[in-house]
Amino acid sequence: MTAVDESNTSVVARRADALLRVEQVQKYFPITGGGLLKRKVGDVKAVESISFDVVPGETLGVVGESGCGKSTAGRTVMKLLDPTGGKIEFEGRDITHLSRKEMVPLRREMQMIFQDPYSSLNPRHTVGSIISAPFKVQGVKPTRGVQAEVQDLMARVGLNPEHYNRYPNEFSGGQRQRIGIARAIALRPKLIVCDEPVSALDVSIQAQVVNLLEDLQDEFRLAYIFIAHDLSVVRHISDRIAVMYLGRIMELAESERIYKAPLHPYTHALTSAVPLPDPRAERSRERILLHGDLPSPINPPSGCVFRTRCPKAQDRCAQEIPVLRELAPGHYGACHFPEERHLI
Amino acid sequence: MSDPFLQVKDLRVQFPTEDGVVSAVDGVDFAVAKNKVLAIVGESGSGKSVTSQAIMGLINRKTAKVTGEIRLDGEELLTARPEQVRSLRGKRMAMIFQDPLSSLHPFYSIGKQLVEAVNVHQDVSRSAAMQQARDMLDRVGIPNPDRRLKDYPHNLSGGMRQRVMIAMALLNNPELLIADEPTTALDVTVQAQIINLLRDLQREFGTAIILITHDLGVVADMADDVVVMYGGRVVERGSIDDIYYRPEMPYTWGLLGSVPRMDAGRNERLQPIPGQPPSLIRLPKGCVFRPRCAYHELVPGNRCDTERPDLLPVTPEHAVRCHLDPAQRREIAAERLGVATADPAMEDK
Amino acid sequence: MGAYIIRRLIAMAGMLVTLSVIVFLLFSVLPADPARLVCGKSCTPSIIKAINHKFGYDQPLAVQYKEFVQGIFVGRTYGEGKAAFDCHVPCLGYSFLRNEDVTTLIKDTLPITAQLALGGFVLWILVGVSIGIVAALKRGKWQDRTIMGAALVGYSFPSFFIALLLIFFVQIKFAVLGFHSYTSFFDSPAEWFKALVLPWIAVAMLYAAFYSRLTRNQMLETLGEDYIRTARAKGLRERTVIGKHGLRAGLTPIVTAAGLDLAGLLGGALIIEQVFALPGLGRLSVDSVTTSDLPVITGTVMVAAFFIILANLVVDLLYAVIDPRVRLA
Repeated sequence: MTAVDESNTSVVARRADALLRVEQVQKYFPITGGGLLKRKVGDVKAVESISFDVVPGETLGVVGESGCGKSTAGRTVMKLLDPTGGKIEFEGRDITHLSRKEMVPLRREMQMIFQDPYSSLNPRHTVGSIISAPFKVQGVKPTRGVQAEVQDLMARVGLNPEHYNRYPNEFSGGQRQRIGIARAIALRPKLIVCDEPVSALDVSIQAQVVNLLEDLQDEFRLAYIFIAHDLSVVRHISDRIAVMYLGRIMELAESERIYKAPLHPYTHALTSAVPLPDPRAERSRERILLHGDLPSPINPPSGCVFRTRCPKAQDRCAQEIPVLRELAPGHYGACHFPEERHLI
Repeated sequence: MSDPFLQVKDLRVQFPTEDGVVSAVDGVDFAVAKNKVLAIVGESGSGKSVTSQAIMGLINRKTAKVTGEIRLDGEELLTARPEQVRSLRGKRMAMIFQDPLSSLHPFYSIGKQLVEAVNVHQDVSRSAAMQQARDMLDRVGIPNPDRRLKDYPHNLSGGMRQRVMIAMALLNNPELLIADEPTTALDVTVQAQIINLLRDLQREFGTAIILITHDLGVVADMADDVVVMYGGRVVERGSIDDIYYRPEMPYTWGLLGSVPRMDAGRNERLQPIPGQPPSLIRLPKGCVFRPRCAYHELVPGNRCDTERPDLLPVTPEHAVRCHLDPAQRREIAAERLGVATADPAMEDK
Repeated sequence: MGAYIIRRLIAMAGMLVTLSVIVFLLFSVLPADPARLVCGKSCTPSIIKAINHKFGYDQPLAVQYKEFVQGIFVGRTYGEGKAAFDCHVPCLGYSFLRNEDVTTLIKDTLPITAQLALGGFVLWILVGVSIGIVAALKRGKWQDRTIMGAALVGYSFPSFFIALLLIFFVQIKFAVLGFHSYTSFFDSPAEWFKALVLPWIAVAMLYAAFYSRLTRNQMLETLGEDYIRTARAKGLRERTVIGKHGLRAGLTPIVTAAGLDLAGLLGGALIIEQVFALPGLGRLSVDSVTTSDLPVITGTVMVAAFFIILANLVVDLLYAVIDPRVRLA
């Protein structure tokens, strides 16, 4: 496996206070072929190798286009999927191989918010029972009783506590996302993985939810892993951003630097493709257009996976996999030819 | 605007339902000239998609009441015979949709679907139609067009499917192209490709384009003029610079304040619009935006609660539907939008 | 595709084997004693023993099963010496009650059931699908409400009731058609038709009610799809939009239902055959159950199961042909 030869080098520096630490995590999905015996013929390498960490109170944004493996990455580090390789540590404890049962107590500490506020809530349960589910699962009995606690949570996320007995279909998309958020923060977790939490919402509602997430972070010192395809939203909410492409992290840096001083040609193309809500700026803007489509994650290109669409690709890129390394202080990139003028 | 190619006047679309009449579009006016891009901006329930379907004659007149005037190159469409409107559809006016996967028939090959679009309007042989289809695929930047003709929609990537949709719409050289959220389902890098393609094609064919979207970035990138819709009405209309640098309607301010900007400081807090988009069944009596508007108290005599504001011109191109005093509006806009409006952008006048 | 079919056929064989074992085990615990039934009134234990020996019932269950399987693939011989007789491949067993081997019984009855099923099938697809389409196109109008109301009525009547109504009105009250017993098509096409027309209608009415609802709902769902809007936006005529784009997608799911229903009927239209006195597979099954004729029951169950399992495969293959998105692997 190619991942092995790079395992010694491609590691993000260890931060002492890391809440979650992910090293070289892989997630493959087997594909079975035709033939009489349905033998396994290959893997969808959804996540090939990702390394990052998150400290308390921090937001790590994960961006990338569809098929880059960002959602799979989120589910894998949450251990909702079993990693194929690598190591996941939570508060210094190796949780890579914990069973579903052993993970249960840890679910108090790490929660998840999903994209689709329509399908992630059971339509036959009342809002009250949805939000109080974590208490039941974990056997937690709030001192003032579950209902009072849940109604506080509802008020906190901007829902009317009197709607305790209503069903999800009586709420709008934005309100349903608030229900999902209330459920996620019920047990005061330390980390929440947000998978495209606002992409199904209208612009004005999106801003409400983003602000709510920011407020909750300040109040409870939450750490977020914020997975989204919308670069402007990710940049707005994140302290640091990991840019993914075909199952790998191409660049990891403070969000300001991702936009202003990208080292990786893919990041550069991605940021330049986002249209700004400013017609004058748009008229004078230069855009790097990427050609072609995303290669197949079953059979990714040799060497650098981005080389087939990279304007700077050279021979070396086809032969050698660039490892994610620190190119400038706190700024990691996986590229043989990073943007020189940003290498400070 | 000289001699608009499409003119929409006082368009109303009403759907009777069990809960009452839904006024999805209520008195909409605008015009688009050849070679221009008009963006219709709004959130869900604003009536932007219904407006575009009304223009295309895609609204079932048995279940909805459509009134007003839609003139395509001078020809009234709402009173025309359905057969006449059908013969214009796909020929003089064409449309592309948000989700190219669900908008292409899953059981027919790309070639079949394109040839069919040629043959409805042109009396040419199958092979000539196939040739046209091939050339158009090539024109919209699809590699290996010959092979793609035999493919089915599910064989293509999202970006390629949207190119196929665009190719299908352009086959008969339409003079008006309606693009309903054409890039919403696509990744940003693909979105950039598609926007570029639409711009090139417009330059080549001189098409009038109506771009329907909620994405203010895409609008800034493509549009010449903008119509902002809310609750089935046009609440503000103007040139692109009017809307982005001199907006006068509180809803437009809210939209602009809701989008995170890649180029602004990261710590700037978003300024969302409170509340929810209106239900079209129980619209407020006064201004439809009143329940979410922070400024209604500045208007004397509760007019926002009792009286529907008219769409009144500020300049010949710029019109606003708001009871606030124009001077007051400008003051608030300058304060809310900060840098963008502090310099009142005199360069283009 | 080839590998897929082979894999499915192997699975099919596995299912049939499992089923035959289950049937065998079930019958071994039934209190019925076939030898006693054959033996009749003047029975002595020694005769029973002899019968049991002749048909292998004195053997352990595993041996009986082995002989059953052997019978299917290589044939078997019942009895010894002079009284011995052969049961040829594929031998599904021997009915002592009827003194006939099961294979022959099925060969005699299956064609009648097949004619009933196929005729009914054609009729119900034609009627059900077309009125379903009409209902979908006239959604909410009186045509839709009438069709759906009638379908609901047809649907809620038990099949024997429909059959009896037909007999009462057509054959008795108005005497449009006399009583006709089944005649082979080759002997007299007119008689053949007269004997089958009412059973066909009875079968078709029941299924057509169901298929009209199914078709209507599928069509309505399809007509709401985005690609239908695209077809209209292209400027296609409404005829083409519905007749080509709508039907192709809307009728696909009906293939599945139709295939399985046809297969179910091939296993025997129990009630209709009974009411119209058609000597088909269904009647054979019913008779053999009432007389505890175990070998016949086993045979008919296996035949019915075979059709259902085969239809499943055929439907899946058809689906792959109709829908290019379906990949069989």
